[in-house]
Amino acid sequence: MNTIYLDNNATTQVAQEVLEVMLPYFREFYGNPSSMHTFGGQVGQKIRTAREQVAALLGAMPEEIIFTSCGTESDNAAIRSALMTRPDKKHIITSRVEHPAIRALCAHLATQGYRVTELPVDKNGLLDLENLGKSMTPDTAVVSLMWGNNETGVIFPVEAAARLAHEKGILFHTDAVQSTGKIPINLKNNVIDMLSISGHKLHAPKGIGVLYIRRGTKFSPFMIGGHQEKQRRGGTENTPSVIGLGKACELAAKNMEKENTYVARLRDKLERELLKRITQSRVNGDPANRLPNTTNISFEYVEGEAILLLMNELGICASSGSACTSGSLQPSHVLRAMGVPFTMAHGSIRFSLSINNTEAEIDFVIDKMPAIIERLRGMSPYWNSSQPACTV
Amino acid sequence: MWEYTDKVKEYFLNPRNVGEIENPDGVAEVGSLACGDALKLTFKLDENKKIKDAKFKTFGCASAIASSSALTEIIKGMTIEEALKVTNQDIAKYLGGLPDEKMHCSVMGKQALEKAIENYRGAPPLETGAKIICECFGVTDKEIERAVRENNLSTVEDVTNYTKAGGGCGNCHDAIQQIIDQVRTEPKTDAKPKLTNIQKIRLIEETIEREIRPSLKHDGGDIEIIDIIGNRVIVATRGACSTCKASDITLKHFVEQRLKELVSPDIVVEEVSK
Repeated sequence: MNTIYLDNNATTQVAQEVLEVMLPYFREFYGNPSSMHTFGGQVGQKIRTAREQVAALLGAMPEEIIFTSCGTESDNAAIRSALMTRPDKKHIITSRVEHPAIRALCAHLATQGYRVTELPVDKNGLLDLENLGKSMTPDTAVVSLMWGNNETGVIFPVEAAARLAHEKGILFHTDAVQSTGKIPINLKNNVIDMLSISGHKLHAPKGIGVLYIRRGTKFSPFMIGGHQEKQRRGGTENTPSVIGLGKACELAAKNMEKENTYVARLRDKLERELLKRITQSRVNGDPANRLPNTTNISFEYVEGEAILLLMNELGICASSGSACTSGSLQPSHVLRAMGVPFTMAHGSIRFSLSINNTEAEIDFVIDKMPAIIERLRGMSPYWNSSQPACTV
Repeated sequence: MWEYTDKVKEYFLNPRNVGEIENPDGVAEVGSLACGDALKLTFKLDENKKIKDAKFKTFGCASAIASSSALTEIIKGMTIEEALKVTNQDIAKYLGGLPDEKMHCSVMGKQALEKAIENYRGAPPLETGAKIICECFGVTDKEIERAVRENNLSTVEDVTNYTKAGGGCGNCHDAIQQIIDQVRTEPKTDAKPKLTNIQKIRLIEETIEREIRPSLKHDGGDIEIIDIIGNRVIVATRGACSTCKASDITLKHFVEQRLKELVSPDIVVEEVSK
């Protein structure tokens, strides 16, 4: 059975070119980049190149790039640094739809004497910047808002938000894990202080991340150890992955147009056809402000985990915001924050595409989904029942 | 990804008895869309008052669908009295087990069965004096009490896994803990059906595993069951217990006491000769 992988917001396939540049650094050039000898030093040179490649994709300077182990580490390092360098300030502003890397961290900090404000979103998942303006106080240390939402793809106006924060002298961090490589980012044109990236969301391997920290921004390291990364992140470099991420960033810049034309067109076709063929379905998230690869569709009166498992039987991979898949008993916090009714939230499926998907794959999914939904609706006591849907 | 048994997958992919029986003898609907799962159960009796047919319609995840389907298979051919004895554990066992977080699916099946039988008998649908404890999922104190008693639950998390209570805002966690404490201190009634030898051995094993070993391990000790002969449980002490002078006190006053409480008052614990 062929795998049709439409779960690229969860993780992506390592690109062939990325794998190829990495392989020599496992066995052939295994030296430590910090070593004095040429054998190690030549690896250090490759890391410099990778740093330049990452910086180029972001419109940043190489010295503003810190390699970390993942997006979560980058988020932790950013928020903790902001709080450590502003010890007199005890307030954090974030949103209700952040990734757990930020959400759980802030919830933890709330038990450590910090006050956390979670900004609401509207029914389309959009943020009202007026709320941000009203929430900032002299006690606010940092504002952290995600660039693109992992579940719905909705894009936040982070550049404008960063300006607002700066007017009040507040640090601004963005989790750009989902948006990097999918939409253009140019840090020369905005005032964002800190930005997190995860390698495996853009065809680099898992276990490598980046924290961008604007030059001149005070930084207090989270991982304390050796002198690596200019003493901003201790620990011997994950050299193959750093080199792979550099290549992945170079490819992402090259593929940006394809992402926004080819991938966006496939996504739009999938969305349009599913909505047309399956009654009582709807898109979650503002279609006008979205990452080009993501669509989140709710199928009313059926449950997401059951949909995913039937899709799985056909080799189709996607995700759901249903309670049964979220590991808790409530549907996704993102959909709840948007006020998506329970009848819809439990049956939400996220399709996230990449440049590796083909038209034939999308056609296959369009062909198979209606029968899956129909089959589950046929088992559902709510479908075709005369009772009105339960609303809570 | 949940680790479902092959039987759960089979009953999800090829569910038996989907649908609704026309003019059923008993019917029940439990759960709600808000909760994320719901089950409508209908059954029909034959001339000998045995369940001739049972059908279900379920909104929910794979294990909810599989549990509903398993329930209909289990109760077919049973009398009402026999069906009333079916527990959520029976449903889970029929499917080769369910992940802990999914046990509430089997509880939903049990609830639907009870309600459908009440509907057939014309009994009042609501348990008298029941009070809603978990507002998010509409779970009553009686439901929580029963889940704690029948499944020997000891933590709020267990209760959430089995009944969903406490899985939302979390405001009811204290109230749930109080119910657990209350149920666990109440004297065991001897009305329990007599255990078969196999059931007793299994219960002893489960009790030692769940109630006793974690406490011993906490202090660096451990025990192992060597043999079970009638009511005599022969154990060997391990770790810190094996060198501890007070281990015989622990065996009599803790291990034996717990087994007497939870399995049978006739249990005697003996240490295997070293």
